[in-house]
Amino acid sequence: MESNSTSPNLAVRKAARPGWALAGERTLEILIHLCGISAILFVLGIFFFVFKEAFPVLGHEKFSLSQFLFSQEWYPTSEVNKRYGVLAMIAGTFSVTALAMVLAVPFGIGGAIYISEFCGAKTKETLKIVVELLAAIPSVVWGFIGLTVMSRLIVKYTGAPVGVNVLNGGIILALMSVPIIVSIGEDALKAVPDSFREAGIALGATRWQLIWRVLLPAAKNGLLAAVLLGVARAVGETMAVLMATGHAVHIPHSLLDSVRTLTANIAAELGEAPVGSDHYRVLFLTGVLLFLITFVVNLAADFMVRGIRKK
Amino acid sequence: MTPPDANVFSETPLVRRKRREEALAKWIFCAMSALMILPLVLIIGYLFERAWPSLSLGFLLEVPTRGMRAGGVWPAFVGTIYLVFLSLAVSAPIGILAAVYLNEYARDNWLNRLINLAVINLAGVPSIVHALFGLGAFVYAARFGYSIISASLTLAIMTLPVIIASTREALASVPRSFREACWNVGATRWQTIRSVVLPNAISGILTGVILQVSRAAGETAPIMFTGAVFFKAVQKGDLFPYSLHDQCMALSMHLYTLSTQVPDVQESIPFATAVVLLGSVLLVNAAAIALRVYLRSRKKW
Repeated sequence: MESNSTSPNLAVRKAARPGWALAGERTLEILIHLCGISAILFVLGIFFFVFKEAFPVLGHEKFSLSQFLFSQEWYPTSEVNKRYGVLAMIAGTFSVTALAMVLAVPFGIGGAIYISEFCGAKTKETLKIVVELLAAIPSVVWGFIGLTVMSRLIVKYTGAPVGVNVLNGGIILALMSVPIIVSIGEDALKAVPDSFREAGIALGATRWQLIWRVLLPAAKNGLLAAVLLGVARAVGETMAVLMATGHAVHIPHSLLDSVRTLTANIAAELGEAPVGSDHYRVLFLTGVLLFLITFVVNLAADFMVRGIRKK
Repeated sequence: MTPPDANVFSETPLVRRKRREEALAKWIFCAMSALMILPLVLIIGYLFERAWPSLSLGFLLEVPTRGMRAGGVWPAFVGTIYLVFLSLAVSAPIGILAAVYLNEYARDNWLNRLINLAVINLAGVPSIVHALFGLGAFVYAARFGYSIISASLTLAIMTLPVIIASTREALASVPRSFREACWNVGATRWQTIRSVVLPNAISGILTGVILQVSRAAGETAPIMFTGAVFFKAVQKGDLFPYSLHDQCMALSMHLYTLSTQVPDVQESIPFATAVVLLGSVLLVNAAAIALRVYLRSRKKW
């Protein structure tokens, strides 16, 4: 080894460490590189395996993609005429998510503003910890709360015949996505340089004027990203909506209608669909659809966040 | 024109309006934050109140009896521990090494931008899609069947982004000058990582691992179709009731089943199950937060 090397410095360094240590280090670095690219492999793997199970149904003559996307007739177990249309579920996901965002966005952004601009350092720490704990509550517990607490409240105050409906799911999802919106929104506000604030204060602006005229415009991409990540969480949420929205497959006409979302549909029927049947494959196809929706939303949010960093 | 004797610093109507708006805005945002937190307190309080009749140490240690209408949650609790630790054993090494790669080795090129994008997307994939993936990949393609292995591998992949993100943050907070000092005495990249970067970041990494435990413990959808079952007969006090190829019960799954599938269950039992699940998750989380606060307070740089 030492005789081969041309540089004396290199020879000294190599002599100081045994060959196995160098080989071990090399192996470990290869392992680290492999782990680094594993995330890509996992994402591709998820798409591949879900798509693989769904793929055979695409070639089936009785199945058409346009019917899948644009028909609201979901009769997967019908004896004579099986129909797989998920439009009603898309509408369900959309309505619950939209309601959740209407409720969560003002509170999320408002909370982020309060934490970032108004309160003192102690309160700030406390509030951030509470938000973190709020984000940690498991979705099945939220679902359970929707099923037991919220549904009773809804029946009591609105007079709806059943308490598990769009309103219930929307409130639960709002409570679940608020912590994400708060923490990402707070990051976005923190990313606005302090010189912006100082310039505003030097001109005699109050804090509210500063927020309205300077901080919100400056942080708008980051805040939008926060909202998008909240949307992604709401769209992808399974257990909470499974338990809190009821199971009616139809397009909702009011807040008190029961609906079924794309995620809840998979969770509710996958256990009963025979492996390899069209029904089973259509459920996987729904999974592909969900994967693509959240992929696009997350990508958009990432571009927004990166937009600020570049500036 | 102001009269010469008037104080030029006195409040004009404009200033008064501005102050009023400021106070109003502050109160509105404060109320919003309070409304965000209030549900947490109310809900936890309510759950506790309803669960009270069933809550005891016995509830945790008993096995369910009479078709889950009585008894405790021991098999589910142990099952959750199995799932969490197996998934941790897989995802912690991969996640930590991946974070080491991203923070210490990666340059800003297309491959690493792609990896970052993949991590973000992995975090955003809905849990039910992870379940479908676990079913297709581990249960059928890898022939693990419905088992603890399949379920914990699915959980591992799902919680990977949590650990990557927190480890990266911990590594990034080690000042660059530490690394430069080590390189300057002739250490290689890996020697620097092992003897300088990792020891200084270990507390942050640990926090990430703890957070991952709480995340994995609460998930239901990914294990529902890969290895968790409604019921599994387990002896009372059995510490190792499952083998890796068995299916197991899990707290989250148990709560779902109890509240939706089992008729005539005594009312306080699902509430008590929810409290046990919520309590374990929040305790683990609080531990992570406490550790982080403590370590940050004694950080020397």
